[in-house]
Amino acid sequence: MSAEIDVRGVSLDFPLYHGSARSLKRTVFSTVSGRMGSDAKHRVVVQALRDIGFRLTSGDRLGLIGTNGAGKTTLLRTLAGIYEPAVGQIRVRGTLNALLDPNLGMNLELTGRENIMLRGLYNGLDNTMIRRLVEDVSEFAELDAFMDLPVRIYSSGMVVRLGFALATAIRPQVLLMDEWFLAGDAVFLEKARGRLEDMVRGAEILVLSSHARTAVLDWCTRVLWLDQGRIREDGPPADVMAVYEAHAASAMPMAA
Amino acid sequence: MSAALQSVARGTNSLELTPDPTLAARHRMAVRDLRGAWALRRLCWTLAWLDIKLRYRGSMLGPFWLTLSTAIMVAAMGGIYAALFHMNLHEYLPFLALSLVLWGFLAALVGDASLGFTSSEGMIRSMRMPFTLYAARIVVRNVVVLAHNIVVIVAVFAIYGIWPGAIALLALPAFALWLVDALAFSLTLGALCARFRDIPPIVANVVQMMFFVTPVIWRPELVGRDRMWLLPVNPFGSLLEIVRAPLLGEVPTAMTYVSAVLYSLLLLALSWMLFVRVRNRIAFWV
Repeated sequence: MSAEIDVRGVSLDFPLYHGSARSLKRTVFSTVSGRMGSDAKHRVVVQALRDIGFRLTSGDRLGLIGTNGAGKTTLLRTLAGIYEPAVGQIRVRGTLNALLDPNLGMNLELTGRENIMLRGLYNGLDNTMIRRLVEDVSEFAELDAFMDLPVRIYSSGMVVRLGFALATAIRPQVLLMDEWFLAGDAVFLEKARGRLEDMVRGAEILVLSSHARTAVLDWCTRVLWLDQGRIREDGPPADVMAVYEAHAASAMPMAA
Repeated sequence: MSAALQSVARGTNSLELTPDPTLAARHRMAVRDLRGAWALRRLCWTLAWLDIKLRYRGSMLGPFWLTLSTAIMVAAMGGIYAALFHMNLHEYLPFLALSLVLWGFLAALVGDASLGFTSSEGMIRSMRMPFTLYAARIVVRNVVVLAHNIVVIVAVFAIYGIWPGAIALLALPAFALWLVDALAFSLTLGALCARFRDIPPIVANVVQMMFFVTPVIWRPELVGRDRMWLLPVNPFGSLLEIVRAPLLGEVPTAMTYVSAVLYSLLLLALSWMLFVRVRNRIAFWV
């Protein structure tokens, strides 16, 4: 089965539950006084995604660019099935790996080994494969004795190495990646590059959210520019990048 | 570098999200959530086990601290209340040991359930996982704790030479009912507490109150013959009784069973309705 991502007219509102909206009392009283209907409209929401649509098939590499808060990470989370949109359709075919934050949902109190094991179980690996996973990850991350110590006491570099090694050890058909991957010290990046490129090439579909111009131009075959949750531009990397940078440059003097 | 590990497909490895307000579609998604959790049962077991290991990491006795603290509590409360209620220890201590251990399970479960989703925020936001799995993890974790505490019951029963006989087997279906209820309850309370942050302290208060209202440290007969009908009104009382009584060699009354089953059905129905409705919102709430 070949991988596919099909997104049609997806909009997603992010409800903001500030102090009083979370309160039970407020909801109870608003129900009692018959304001429940209007409550749904008065709820404070952030329009995180607006009418997003695109289709990717095997071989496509999509880059997401845009300022902070443009909806890049939310779109990745939505593709990963973490947030379910209220409007629109999403279809993702193929095994999926979402590398959204360096901690990857790791439990910092558990040891490196235990976190790797959990990740293996999550991906449906059997015991032999989990053993291989542990070997592979510990070798690449160079954790040695730290493997059996809680992740909490790792240096930040070690956490990134572990997260990276773990994330790149299991090859998905669809790879969703947030930009933290491209951060890190130069020495590590050098070493990581080969492994990352290997996985990116191995994946049938890549969706990469990034600020890094080079990564987008090197890896992507198509770029979406997200602006306030909407697709502003959609096209070949060089073209979209040029428009985006021109826009950023023209916006700069005004901001300053 | 070793050969790449491919992630293994779980069921149909495709994700289709089509917001469909129809109840049938929502039911389908909820059923899929349950199935997904079952498929990940090894992960669930490991998570639950690691939770316990983590709590006692670096301590000498490990999880047997649970056993020890239960034993001390049973001994201390047994002495005090046997004197207060004018009961001899031979009669009272086995009852109390059983009650406290079972109640400890229920109370801890409720406490954990109210933090069920909020405490797993990091995981919920970094990967798609069936929400039932978080609830099941809480149930399994507490069953493991209960298993450690059974030692106390066995010890007390051995000291006083109590053997409930074949009637004790009646506790098994009752405990199975507990597990189903516990799963439903964890799911419901976890979701409600993620949405409304006022609920956990309320729940903690209710549990504390129920400890005194429910026949945990006092025998159900103490309410008096003319007020016996009140007992099945308390769901905690009935549920406790259907597991506890058989283990003491007594058969629970028909009313107790009716109450326990009816309350369970009510809980299951309400939980399912809520879960079907809010499942896709939980990720936004945590």
